[in-house]
Amino acid sequence: MYKYIIKRLILSVIILFFVVFIIYAVLRCLPASYVETMAMQLSQAPGSKPYEEWLVQLNAQYGLDIGIVPGFFVQLKNLVTFNFGDSWKYTVPVLEKFNSVIWVSFVMGCIALVLELIIAIPLGVIAATKQYSKTDYAITAIALTGISLPTFFLATFLKLIFSVKLGWFDLFGLVGRDHQSLTAMGQFLDKANHLVLPIVTLVIISIGGLMRYTRTNMLEVLNADYIRTARAKGLSENKVIYNHAFRNTLIPLVTIVGGSLPGLFSGALITETLFAIPGIGYASYYAMVAGDIPFSMFYLSFLAILTLAGNLITDLLYGVVDPRVRYS
Amino acid sequence: MSEKEINTSAVSPEEEQLSLNDDRRVKSLSPGALVAKRFFRNRLAVVGLVILAVMFIFSYIGGWIMPYGQEQVFFTEEYQMKEYAGATENNEYRYISAEGQDFGAVLQAKFTLAASKKADTFDNKDLVYTVTELGPELYTVSQGETVIGLAYKDIINPFDQNAKFSFNFTVAALEAYVNEESSFTADGVNYTIDDNATIASPDGEIAYVSRVIVQSKVAGTTISRELKELVSQNIEDGITAFTYTGADGVEHEYTMEYNPADKIWSIKEATATRVFDMYSSPSSEHPLGTDKNGMDMLTRLMYGGRVSLRIGFIVVFISAFLGVILGGVSGYFGKWVDQLIMRIVDIFYCIPSTPLLIILGAAMDGMRVDPQIRMLYLMLILGFLGWPGIARLVRGQILSLREQEFMTATESSGLRVSRRIFKHLIPNVIPQLIVTCTMSLGSTIITESTLSFLGLGVKFPFASWGNIMNDVNNVHVLTNYWFIWIPAGVLLVLTVLGFNFVGDGLRDAFDPKMKR
Repeated sequence: MYKYIIKRLILSVIILFFVVFIIYAVLRCLPASYVETMAMQLSQAPGSKPYEEWLVQLNAQYGLDIGIVPGFFVQLKNLVTFNFGDSWKYTVPVLEKFNSVIWVSFVMGCIALVLELIIAIPLGVIAATKQYSKTDYAITAIALTGISLPTFFLATFLKLIFSVKLGWFDLFGLVGRDHQSLTAMGQFLDKANHLVLPIVTLVIISIGGLMRYTRTNMLEVLNADYIRTARAKGLSENKVIYNHAFRNTLIPLVTIVGGSLPGLFSGALITETLFAIPGIGYASYYAMVAGDIPFSMFYLSFLAILTLAGNLITDLLYGVVDPRVRYS
Repeated sequence: MSEKEINTSAVSPEEEQLSLNDDRRVKSLSPGALVAKRFFRNRLAVVGLVILAVMFIFSYIGGWIMPYGQEQVFFTEEYQMKEYAGATENNEYRYISAEGQDFGAVLQAKFTLAASKKADTFDNKDLVYTVTELGPELYTVSQGETVIGLAYKDIINPFDQNAKFSFNFTVAALEAYVNEESSFTADGVNYTIDDNATIASPDGEIAYVSRVIVQSKVAGTTISRELKELVSQNIEDGITAFTYTGADGVEHEYTMEYNPADKIWSIKEATATRVFDMYSSPSSEHPLGTDKNGMDMLTRLMYGGRVSLRIGFIVVFISAFLGVILGGVSGYFGKWVDQLIMRIVDIFYCIPSTPLLIILGAAMDGMRVDPQIRMLYLMLILGFLGWPGIARLVRGQILSLREQEFMTATESSGLRVSRRIFKHLIPNVIPQLIVTCTMSLGSTIITESTLSFLGLGVKFPFASWGNIMNDVNNVHVLTNYWFIWIPAGVLLVLTVLGFNFVGDGLRDAFDPKMKR
């Protein structure tokens, strides 16, 4: 087991090395629009150096004057020593910015995940137990609709109904206009109010996948021999489904949910941007569009680590919850 | 079952000739037909298929039928009230000096005082000036016996803009006018004034008298007398809107507004300006209105559908092509080849694709890539990011198939490796491949439209369902113009739903363990 974990960890580090290299190479191959814009601005100041000189100086300052491979090793050294540099766009250390925006995303992700589990798993189980019934068709259709909805359309639609027509929520932002004048409780409620629509969007978008996953696994379990045995020995249908079948369905569910836990830190890029929620997704969207290499580099590497961590957790949880799985 | 019913039903004489082992006796269906049968029994799948058929017809045939082009811009006439002229009724005295005399500002002021007091004389610098009333609000001022100036309120407007009238003529004409005489003599010439206050010399009409001053506010236009008269008539009658047919035969509509502060009647004309037909509401001409560039929304949606569908298919084709080859090679050869390819797959899995696409989109914005080439890049990048999933699927299938007897048979019959992979292994992977590809068509279309929505994917002038909706970032559009974004969003959702329904139906249909 420990051997397996260590082997997986080493593999993850190797994969991470290449992923970071690819990310760095892509970022470096882009026209460094941020540096160019800055150089242009600086050169237009009265009595300033010409654009070319500024460009050279800024490139040297940001470590862009060395080749991609040496530059990558410099960057790698910085990443390994947790020296992520200063964000160009936000002009604060990357970690400071990250720390100030990550928690909104995390809270949003957690609430959305809990709601998703509460809604999707029971519906998936119901759909599987009543396969080919009207309920099953309806649930499958809802699940597929959820998968098919583009985030931006759903978010806009929710905005139209709940913000514009009903006026329940604000269109953008995490805090209202009068946030500063509210009491602590009022401030909390204000933030909660602004998070309702983004969370609803996240839940609707991701509910379909989990619902179908539950249904598929439940169907597989329901076709298993031990379920036939359970029925044959005269157990009530409720007991068969909730004691025997559902507990076995939990195996894949626990693993996949465990695997998605690191993803709670990755933020919701599109949703946060659309609702202007200052989370990690929103912050990195604008950093990326502005060509902010230190922040983008950090965010992309962070996402890669989260993905690897998720995969590792999924595989390990399999062994934990399913005694039939043994690692070699 | 229906097959049995066919066999037991009455048969025609020719069919009785058939032998017993004719395949119609025990009707067996090919595996493909079985899949089709199972597929068509799934109502959701059929709904999906119908949706997709409608979308293809809408995008391809619709775009061909529509009379408008993708980039055809529509214009509209917008009416704006523009100030055309200003009219004032002259209530102040105006002055002219007699030839060789100076009726200056000081004298004018003294005269005004005297006139308001109805005095006959006034003094200035030890000289006494006499005021003579020629008629209502028409005075001559003389010093001793010499007439030095004229104070008047009615204005003589010459028909010929360049005409200059002598002092004597002005005095005589105005005197005749205010006293309502029909003729006068000035400088030895006889003139007549008719009821319309037109002054005519023996050679013809030369001028008219009116108290209303109408000045053009539009450079380069002169205002005809008829219009001026119409305006003064309307001021008297209190009419504020009127039409006037100009010399060119065009009917103009004017409205008049009185501004009490500066006592001016401003005459406004509705002038048409040619503008983009922006955000026009749905009409028979434009069933879904027009967008912010004045392009027909329905046509844009049709062409946008073509772009979205085409990008979806090309991207999935690229990923499937790469995925099948690499997955097939990996699964078949195993060992280090498998290890190598699977580690590459792992690396690709780890690359955060949405952020990467956003960065690349922003970079292409920065480099000002031509929209056509940009679309190509987008397809290549999306396709290149999509293959690892398919490679993994194909490899997994091949690993299990490789151990089966039919593969041992192909090996023992000495078939080439490429033939074994592509002729015997891959066809067995096709069902899962079709299902995955159909589902990923839907997700590719979502990714493309999300990027286009953020302005980082397909760019104007090309339409895509995503960039049509991009306009909704403007809150004004969100609240007021549903037809700009709802139809595009609905089409997008329906298409993706269609692909997912069909994919789901195919998955069930291909599954031999299916109960029905």
